[in-house]
Amino acid sequence: MANLKGKNLISITDYNKEEYLQILDLAAEFEANPKQPILSDKVVASIFFEPSTRTRLSFESAANMLGARVIGFSNPAATSLQKGESLHDTIQMVSSYSDLIVMRHPRDGASRYASEVASVPVINAGDGANQHPTQCMLDLYSIRKTQGTLDNLQITMVGDLKYGRTVHSLVQAMCNFNATFHFVSPEELKMPSSVKMHIKNVGLKYFQYTNLEDVIPFSDIIYMTRIQRERFSDPLEYEKVKDCYVLDAATLKGCKPTMKVLHPLPRVNEIATDVDSTPYAYYFQQARNGVYVRQALMAAILGAK
Amino acid sequence: MTGENKKELVVSAIDNGTVIDHIPASEVYKVVKILNLDEYQDEVLIGTNLKSKKYGTKGIIKVKNKFFEEKEVSKIALIAPNATLIVIKNYEVVEKRKLDIPDRVRNIVKCINPNCITNIEDIETDFRIVEKEPLKLQCHYCEKTMTNIRFKE
Repeated sequence: MANLKGKNLISITDYNKEEYLQILDLAAEFEANPKQPILSDKVVASIFFEPSTRTRLSFESAANMLGARVIGFSNPAATSLQKGESLHDTIQMVSSYSDLIVMRHPRDGASRYASEVASVPVINAGDGANQHPTQCMLDLYSIRKTQGTLDNLQITMVGDLKYGRTVHSLVQAMCNFNATFHFVSPEELKMPSSVKMHIKNVGLKYFQYTNLEDVIPFSDIIYMTRIQRERFSDPLEYEKVKDCYVLDAATLKGCKPTMKVLHPLPRVNEIATDVDSTPYAYYFQQARNGVYVRQALMAAILGAK
Repeated sequence: MTGENKKELVVSAIDNGTVIDHIPASEVYKVVKILNLDEYQDEVLIGTNLKSKKYGTKGIIKVKNKFFEEKEVSKIALIAPNATLIVIKNYEVVEKRKLDIPDRVRNIVKCINPNCITNIEDIETDFRIVEKEPLKLQCHYCEKTMTNIRFKE
């Protein structure tokens, strides 16, 4: 078993297959028994340089369930950053007050830099448009839990595949498990060639579609994404593609009985609410799984498991 | 007299300093710029569009009394990966090496991503060379890959 004590998690590629599986197994243990005060002597710093209520509450809930004390901020306006303090100095200060840093920052690469400055391990809770590795870990957990395995699955991704960081990370992670990828997107939002090249380089296959109906019969997972308005400099371009994929209960007719729909949330209108009551909807459970996965990461990184 | 010797006459020899040979002709002035040779106070001899058996045409720069630091050599290698660096002392060649693109370049290149933390805070940049031909670099921090390089001031 790999020793994850003291190991940062900044990018999904910082961990290998064995380490993913170790975290997933540990998360399953926490799902069965979530309240274990094994970190009662630890202080977790939760520092959010931009608001992200969902991620922050998930981390803080996980830390609390393990008995850790949580310090930090969710609004940088109320901190000395407003006085012009550098990220370097803030991280040095925070690492002297805590055993682990959970950090969200609007700038790409900020978490990697923080991990080089900090004297305690850092978990990246999202750095700009770059990485959000705990989202990827909870996606893996959700896939394994619903399919019983991570191996040899047909993984479909739909929507904004160009800018969506969650789908890029998930492809990287699923490349360890012999997945076949199906990408459904408008022409403007296709999966970047660097990601497709990676799939090819590891000897796996991907297929591209513009029509969502084409992938329904054989997908094990349909991973929906939101098309984000802020990614478009031209509002007309956004208007053109914003409603191009709406998954509703009728569209799902003919899918595999074990198929599950995932979404990193929040959704806008890309999954119709009539899907929520079908056996295929898994996005709310997926979000809940985030707490167990974050418990597992904190416990492993702090050497308590 | 061979063509190679003729060229040596066109761009005359230096007693002490560095010769950067086999620069692609199109990149000669870029090398001049990134090394700030346009502001150098001693002799600088620049030849371009010279005939080369190996490359068709080439450029050459001879800089008197100048011995480049590794950081500057890395810059040259990124622009002219096939260049040869020749160090001359007392008209003698004391070192001759073919440049190679390093696997990693620290604090030389600027990240093209305006949202990268290295463009916001005062942080040394760090790039991994993903591909040498054509050149592709990846930022250690924001993980963006880029093919067009800009050097830090």
